[in-house]
Amino acid sequence: MSHHQAIELQLTGMGCRSCIAKIESALKAVEGVETAVVNFDDKSVRVEGVSPVMPLIEAVESAGYGAQEEMPSAKTLQTDSDSITITDAQCKAKQTSQTLLIDGAGCASCVGKIEKALQLVSGVNSAQMNFAERSVVVNGSATADQLVLAVEQAGYGARVSQSESIEDELNEREQAEQHFYKVRMRHTLIGLGTGVPLMIYGLFFGDMSINSVASQIGWGIVGLITLAVLSYSGRQFFVGAWKSFLNHSANMDTLIALGTGTAWLYSMFVVIAPSVMPEMARHVYFEATAMIIGLINLGLALEVRARGRTSDAIKRLIGLQPKTARVVRGSEEIDVPINQVLVGDRVRVRPGEKIPVDGMVIEGRTSVDESMLTGEPMPVDKGVDTEVSAGTLNKTGSILFKATQVGSHTALAQIINLVKQAQNSKPPIGRLADQISAYFVPSIMIISVVSALTWLNFGPSPALAFALISATTVLIIACPCALGLATPMSVMVGMGKAAEAGVLIRNGEALQTAASLTAMVLDKTGTITEGRPLVTDIYCSSGYSDDELLAICASLESNSEHPLASAFIESAKAKGLSLRPVAEFNAIAGKGIEGRVENAQVLFGNAQLMDAKSIDLSQVKARSDAFASEAKTPMFIAIDNELAGIIAVSDPVKSDSVEAIKRLQRQGLRVVMLTGDNLATAQAIAKKVGIKEVYAEVMPDQKAEKVAALQAEGEIVGMTGDGINDAPALALADVGFAIGTGTDVAIESADITLMRGSLHGLADAIEVSQATLKNIKQNLLGAFVYNVAGVPIAAGILYPFFGVLLSPIIAGGAMAFSSVTVVSNANRLRFFKTSQR
Amino acid sequence: MWFINIAGLVLIGLIVWWFWLYRPDQSLQRAKSGLKITISEGVYTPARFSIPKEIAFELQFERFDETPCAETVVFPALDISENVPVGKTITIELPPLKPGAYDFHCQMQMYKGQVVVG
Repeated sequence: MSHHQAIELQLTGMGCRSCIAKIESALKAVEGVETAVVNFDDKSVRVEGVSPVMPLIEAVESAGYGAQEEMPSAKTLQTDSDSITITDAQCKAKQTSQTLLIDGAGCASCVGKIEKALQLVSGVNSAQMNFAERSVVVNGSATADQLVLAVEQAGYGARVSQSESIEDELNEREQAEQHFYKVRMRHTLIGLGTGVPLMIYGLFFGDMSINSVASQIGWGIVGLITLAVLSYSGRQFFVGAWKSFLNHSANMDTLIALGTGTAWLYSMFVVIAPSVMPEMARHVYFEATAMIIGLINLGLALEVRARGRTSDAIKRLIGLQPKTARVVRGSEEIDVPINQVLVGDRVRVRPGEKIPVDGMVIEGRTSVDESMLTGEPMPVDKGVDTEVSAGTLNKTGSILFKATQVGSHTALAQIINLVKQAQNSKPPIGRLADQISAYFVPSIMIISVVSALTWLNFGPSPALAFALISATTVLIIACPCALGLATPMSVMVGMGKAAEAGVLIRNGEALQTAASLTAMVLDKTGTITEGRPLVTDIYCSSGYSDDELLAICASLESNSEHPLASAFIESAKAKGLSLRPVAEFNAIAGKGIEGRVENAQVLFGNAQLMDAKSIDLSQVKARSDAFASEAKTPMFIAIDNELAGIIAVSDPVKSDSVEAIKRLQRQGLRVVMLTGDNLATAQAIAKKVGIKEVYAEVMPDQKAEKVAALQAEGEIVGMTGDGINDAPALALADVGFAIGTGTDVAIESADITLMRGSLHGLADAIEVSQATLKNIKQNLLGAFVYNVAGVPIAAGILYPFFGVLLSPIIAGGAMAFSSVTVVSNANRLRFFKTSQR
Repeated sequence: MWFINIAGLVLIGLIVWWFWLYRPDQSLQRAKSGLKITISEGVYTPARFSIPKEIAFELQFERFDETPCAETVVFPALDISENVPVGKTITIELPPLKPGAYDFHCQMQMYKGQVVVG
């Protein structure tokens, strides 16, 4: 039982005077506390009442500060004095709660170590660890970096937990959009609810002129009601217009505010002093102002709806990630939220489940459907030591894998990031619209003034009324937003569409250039062919046996990084041949390799290597030619300067290369093959796949030159390669395509990344780009024509000829729906299908 | 009548001057790294400020406006385009820049701003 006492607590984490109020009110809320007074200078609080100490300390801690009964150490005083200089706002911002994920905490006693290490960090008020989840919650004002450092110094690893997954962010965005939609619809109803009755009245019942005191009063009241509508439902336009005006800029808000404002002021003026106006001009336009506000709000609501659909692609990608993962820690298997999986965790996935993070299989076999990520329709077999990717679907087996990439480092996260960036980037065609936008609104204002002056000077009576209508209508009908939206909306949908097909376009520029390619250079190995060469024939021209030749070559190749090296090594292994030791190994770029194998000087390479070393090939020429015509690559072996034989290697052509290349040619592209392989073999393969132009025996560093040569001929060149070996050529090409085998592609580097290994991806990429560009042009044209045609008509250009004058209400409707039309047209792109299906 | 015409021409002149010709005063606010820019009510606040040249600079954008247009901040010359969720703050890192003026705006260019480097 506690008795009435005065307790003094030392406080930590207090940096500003607003903390005083927070702490005092937190303490006063504790049962039994009578008074709580903070002394800012020596960072203490005096609490009087019947409450015991513990609840007081807890109250202070949950307010985000620290409290203790003991005398402060010199250290605490020092750190607190540092924080006196920060401002109130900064102080409030600094009190945070952060969650860290801990690596390497294997036992419960680690918990104490880690918590203590964190609590020693200045600014930290409390640190509490949840061992099962390997996470620790830290309250206070220390930065994440300081916390991570403290944990590392204690001998563990730490990283900040992403408290918000991409999915949360998306949900929040959807909620914000919903809310926005509801608010706009409310304002629409208010605007239209006021305007429509007035309009009906004007059409059928009365006229809207002031010709008596009664009508003055009546319309005066209507004017006030409309004022209320303008202030409430039109507030954002007026505030936006004013603020932009102060910033010397004008936008859509300016047009709406000026348009409705002028109409209202004129009408009010007529109500108050009708005799000043010529008789025919005593008309009021309150219904127009209300209707315009209502229609514009409706347009905004519909626009936000339509916009929501443009991000369908990203939503689909984000939805690929499951929310939890089954992690094996120690001997237990627990389900953890996906953002708490750590690198190195062992994860189990059952049949039918989605794979949560990237990893390497350590147990089990299964087949995985990767189509949602790469577009590859055939399931891929996964066994031990193969990689699996987040977002893909495990089909039949159960596997255990070790997490290699988690959170924002998975291939899926990188793809999402890339698509997001790409969706927001602007192709060059869109920059024109931007430049026009900058001058657009003030120009419209000038046209409005000119139009009014023209009517006043030359128009029939009531000139004033005509002048006002034309001026207002010009302001209302002009829509800078349609122009501004035209490009971004199509780009968003187009990029998303491409991602669905496994095509990742880096930015708007790549999209636009891809649509106008005239030539496509294809690397041979790994692009047209599988990149998995196999030994097909061994021909001995001297006394060695097949197996001996193979063993010698394989031994030499085991030191080589040549793309064909694996073929020989695999083949030797398959025959059970053992490799021999090699000395003085040397690789000669583009030609072959040499070295000493069991005291014999061995040369292994192409015809150019043999020529360079003066080894006569005439004896085996017929043989090697025969191999080449079968689309095999002959590799010559010379031992101690004597020709020993030929080993023929073949890299199978991808099954759909022929069809895909036909598609490219049908699109009007000049398809060219580029390879370092010998000419005869290259030509044989080219014949197989239907390519007529071949550049063979091209050294790796000459590939870029070939691309440049084509560009010099005036072609817009696309180059396709594996992204690693062809980097300079890819960079030089107008569009560089990196083709991958699954999700291990170098996503960063290329202009366009094809997640599928198939060449169909190329044709798909070009089709999507062309469709998107067409859509952008439609939108831009539409927005442009609309404004160019609409504004003069609004100004009254048709009146002298046809007596046609636009009403402000119709103009309001047109402006509202112009942006919706642009967004909806962009959405049409969602139905686009590539020609392969 | 002529009075109205003169008034009209003066108005046009004012529009041209205020929106296009106006050269703001030299005393531009010099910003510190970590500058917070709010996105609300149709404008960036601050919309125009200067930063030192050739040093990486951090900007924070906090968005209060729910209009969909306000959600993207684009620096066209720098190829930067970031989404700002409503009610949240994001950080944009500007790389070291050469002296000049760099515009930033929302997708539809309703929100406009400028960073002067020098």
